[in-house]
Amino acid sequence: MAILIDENTRIIVQGFTGKIGTFHAQEMIDYGSNVVGGVTPGKGGQTHLGLPVFNTVKEAVQQVGAEASIVFVPPAFAADSLMEAADAGIKYCVAITDGIPTQDMMTVKNFLRRFPKEERMMLTGPNCAGTISPGRSMLGIMPGHIYARGNVGVVGRSGTLGYEAADQMRLLGIGISTAVGIGGDPIIGSSHLDVLEKLEQDPETKVALMIGEIGGPMEVDAGIFFKENMTKPLIAYIAGLTAPEGRRMGHAGAIISSAGESAAEKVATLKELGVTICPTPSLMGQTVAEVMAKL
Amino acid sequence: MNIHEYQAKEILANYGVKIAEGGIAYSVEEAAQRAREIEGDVWVVKAQIHSGARGKAGGIKVCKAHNEVEAAAEELLGKTLVTHQSGPAGKLCSRVYIEAGTKIAKEIYLSFLIDRSTERVIMVGSAQGGMEIETLAKTNPDAIIKIYIEPAVGLQDFQARKMAFALGLDSSLLNHAVRTIKGCYRALRDLDANILEINPLVVSANNEIIALDAKMAFDENALYRRHKIAELRDNSQVDPREVAAAEVGLSYVGLDGDIGCMINGAGLAMATMDMIKLAGGEPANFLDVGGGASAERTEKAFRLVLADKNVKAMLVNIFAGINRCDWIAEGVVQAVKNIGMQVPLVVRLSGTNVEEGRKIIADSGMEIITADTLAEAAEKVVAARNQVVAQEG
Repeated sequence: MAILIDENTRIIVQGFTGKIGTFHAQEMIDYGSNVVGGVTPGKGGQTHLGLPVFNTVKEAVQQVGAEASIVFVPPAFAADSLMEAADAGIKYCVAITDGIPTQDMMTVKNFLRRFPKEERMMLTGPNCAGTISPGRSMLGIMPGHIYARGNVGVVGRSGTLGYEAADQMRLLGIGISTAVGIGGDPIIGSSHLDVLEKLEQDPETKVALMIGEIGGPMEVDAGIFFKENMTKPLIAYIAGLTAPEGRRMGHAGAIISSAGESAAEKVATLKELGVTICPTPSLMGQTVAEVMAKL
Repeated sequence: MNIHEYQAKEILANYGVKIAEGGIAYSVEEAAQRAREIEGDVWVVKAQIHSGARGKAGGIKVCKAHNEVEAAAEELLGKTLVTHQSGPAGKLCSRVYIEAGTKIAKEIYLSFLIDRSTERVIMVGSAQGGMEIETLAKTNPDAIIKIYIEPAVGLQDFQARKMAFALGLDSSLLNHAVRTIKGCYRALRDLDANILEINPLVVSANNEIIALDAKMAFDENALYRRHKIAELRDNSQVDPREVAAAEVGLSYVGLDGDIGCMINGAGLAMATMDMIKLAGGEPANFLDVGGGASAERTEKAFRLVLADKNVKAMLVNIFAGINRCDWIAEGVVQAVKNIGMQVPLVVRLSGTNVEEGRKIIADSGMEIITADTLAEAAEKVVAARNQVVAQEG
């Protein structure tokens, strides 16, 4: 199977009966994802889109064997939903919700760490486009038709920039094994590194593409992981070469951030680590094609 | 969201942090009144702006007489201060804080913030407080003490003591230091702050720990549950274009270039701006219209971009995922019709229903330059901008 999800993965939708949850659940079903139901507390026992609605995630796990979940719950209640999914035994969860308070995510991550690693739910997002294994399953809000099936694993923070990459590749006849949006929030479920770890182990993935941004140490951490642990080529594009230095109050952020969080500094560090740099966002597809040609 | 120093001090005082006696003034008369209310023979007049490094920019005045306080208030009120943290446009000072002067025996740096990589609150301290803290962090990183706080149990007394001793505080001040440090942490956690910084935290000549400055910034996403904090928002300290954008739910950051941008998604927006720069242009703004760009929203975004008089050409780059290119094209055509473009417009659509979208633009009969790829779009908008500049002579 592909990493994280495939055509058999039993998916539930948290925030199923809301407007956004309904729309995207239908899109996922139309794509061929194996959606087996949803959760809306208080609406258990109803049927929605021809599928059962449960009061709790635990019931969905017990009654329809839910393995993966996608969360559309509004920001004020989303952290609670993520912890509920982890507690109920969901293996993989995508949080689409945009606007979850940072301290709530701190609580969620702390809660997840209490589980032994092998039993711990993998979380991607929040504020992301989700995950897709083209032709098999879509656990997200992306336009499925722009993704061709193939051997490139993609990980990125941004939704639309990920679409741009997928589209450029498809036009060049290159397909994707799995594409994962990890989200742009300060505290997120999984990092670039966490996803690269999975892509490295995935027999279907021959090449990995990382789409990063300015700020934070995540891309460089992934670069170090690549140098030390990966056998597959890694290509990276870092957005924000022209982003202005943020206006700020005080010194606290600058003191703790290690040097090298601007796009140019990240690019230089990744180059040193042996990562193939995609120089401009219009060359993501072509750079992948060149690396693939050398395999 | 940032707040002013006096507001942060008021919050910290409620959490047991000692501050000097002080009061806010919106006029010279009020400033004089505050000085008369505060005992002593030294007063500090401090410009209240959302920026650090005020001292170096002349925003902090030490006064030894009431008429000096008046003169300082007169100078600062209504003045725009440019500091090396404020951005080139500076920040307007419309209120001053009058504070009793404190005799300083020792200056310390103390801050708390949410660390992205460890996903914990980190407490940062240095025995060498004052303005050069960032230089110190680079030249002598060992002089910076970092203590990570376990979120489930919070800051413990032993950690506060560890910080107090590392800061070189006298044992006689230990209880006061622990109370101050824990108060700061509680304020950060209780109120959903992202950053709390006291620089300097001082030991006064009469052996008290006093916060002489205070900066706090709050998580925008948590303001729905922090009503009292939300009320402290001061839009006079924010770029008016950003305020206007926030009111219609758009994410906008004003920049110094002359190519206006409207893009969906923050990552694609940044990438498009990179392409403009690589093509030899300079973006005038960052604008993310988000996923559901309706015709109404598109028109609002156009108005926002074009309100910037520096804009000499505009680029629309939309990758339609959930929404459709034909809907966006209709929105663009309607916006152009309603607003009446004075500058060249380049539109690049991609994704769902792209053919239909391109047809709507082509059939509109409007002077809209179209592009198929990201690179082509950037090149065309820079060329259009250059032509406008050449015509202007």
